[in-house]
Amino acid sequence: MAGALQHTLPNHRQALSKSLFYAGLLALLAWSWEGAEMRPMALVSDAGNMGTFLKDFFPPNFHDWRYYLKEMAVTLQIAVWGTALAVVAAIPLGLLCSANIAPWWLCQPVRRLMDSFRAINEMVFAMLFVVVVGLGPFAGVLALFVHTTGILAKLFSEAVEAIDPRPVEGIRATGAGILEEIAYGVIPQVLPLWISYSLYRFESNVRSATVVGMVGAGGIGVVLWEIIRGFYFAETGAVMIIVVITVSVIDILSGRLRKLFF
Amino acid sequence: MAIKVADLSKTFSGRPALKRVSLDIAPGEMVAMIGASGSGKSTLLRHFCGLETGDTDAGEVEVLGRRVQRRGRLAADVRRTRSRVGFIFQQFNLVARLSVETNVLAGCLGRMPIWRSLSGCFTAEQRDRARAALARVGIAEQSRQRASTLSGGQQQRAAIARTLVQQAEVVLADEPIASLDPESSRRIMETLARINQEDGTTIVVSLHQVDFALKYCPRTIALKDGEIVYDGASSALTPASLKALYGAEAWDLDDGGDLTLGVNSFLGGHRLQAATAAI
Repeated sequence: MAGALQHTLPNHRQALSKSLFYAGLLALLAWSWEGAEMRPMALVSDAGNMGTFLKDFFPPNFHDWRYYLKEMAVTLQIAVWGTALAVVAAIPLGLLCSANIAPWWLCQPVRRLMDSFRAINEMVFAMLFVVVVGLGPFAGVLALFVHTTGILAKLFSEAVEAIDPRPVEGIRATGAGILEEIAYGVIPQVLPLWISYSLYRFESNVRSATVVGMVGAGGIGVVLWEIIRGFYFAETGAVMIIVVITVSVIDILSGRLRKLFF
Repeated sequence: MAIKVADLSKTFSGRPALKRVSLDIAPGEMVAMIGASGSGKSTLLRHFCGLETGDTDAGEVEVLGRRVQRRGRLAADVRRTRSRVGFIFQQFNLVARLSVETNVLAGCLGRMPIWRSLSGCFTAEQRDRARAALARVGIAEQSRQRASTLSGGQQQRAAIARTLVQQAEVVLADEPIASLDPESSRRIMETLARINQEDGTTIVVSLHQVDFALKYCPRTIALKDGEIVYDGASSALTPASLKALYGAEAWDLDDGGDLTLGVNSFLGGHRLQAATAAI
């Protein structure tokens, strides 16, 4: 009753803060318009250009399909290893980021480190690792590994912070140590979520792996970069179709797998 | 002494929960700890195995001759002591997604090398002990099921089996029957009494149903507002003396002390409401 009453008669302070929020949102959009050089009219005036451009993609040229598939497989392999290494690293790091497991003086620095792993895009890491380990898929694996570790450690620790503390106390009462408390009280509670997050990141990493190739880190991205630069748009069309199909199949499969764990 | 508490106080953000409590419990005793919600009985029980630490100015807890805590600091070897003390919780505190068997085997964790516990390599002897414990509490058939699929009474019996596997010399039970129906409550209390008689295990059980305390425990410790107001033979507790201790408002003793679970839970809720209103 009280709630309904508040809805029909919002008090003045609520109304004021609401309109301030919308005013702020409008101001943000207006401010960003300039910087982003928004020119919607260009879409209309240059419509002819786009038409000819799109026409170049059709019919897609699948002449080199064996080569494309081979490179697509390399992309998947990059994603598999990038994700696998990240999962392994994110388990201890995620536990160390959890306020209910680690003391604050450990938890805070590890969290900041994970923030920095996340803040920097895979592409940037890929460019750096190309310099370190040379051109090729391994640079892509390392780039995905670092960025994904940052993301998974955060997701893992959020799951750990949301656990029911009572079973952990039950394990502690038997005289178990901290590692045993984690193995028997914490991990069983978070495992379904952890698996689900890992599969989801694998999906995302298949998408990312197609892009990190563009800076020379191996896989289909390298092919894509070369044929776009060479204006081979029919071939580009073929590669894009292969990428879309592969990514969709991976999405569907891993979505199915994730449902198994809930 | 199985349990020795001296001068223990506990303050939760300025509000005293225990006030200079001292008590001794001899090996093999079965003791009930009674009191209304908020009287400090759960808090006291949790101090016995160091799940809670007392105020830093004074107070000491010893269990099985080993120090658990002193002046608010846990002993460095508290885990060694805990491995000999079983704890049973009101909400069972089993790990829902693990099998009943694994939950029961967790009783061994305090006394096995870490590589064995982390890899889940329990010895044949430990597995035999788990099987025997499950049979003893009457849930051998459910051992492969997930703990979450069991009824409340069965989960509590699994928790008791965990203390058996642990070969606990002292069992602390914090309101073990408060979330159970009367029939399951009776079975749990009978199982605890049997373990006390057959194995000589020291058992301290907190209850808010006086009739269960009188029926199963020779000795009763009564708490009120964080202080021990009675410590002695349960047989000496009469409706009149309980009334004197707690006043008529705490427990309805008009019908000759024949308390039912319903009346008690109702009064518990009522008191809680009264407390909320006072805030």
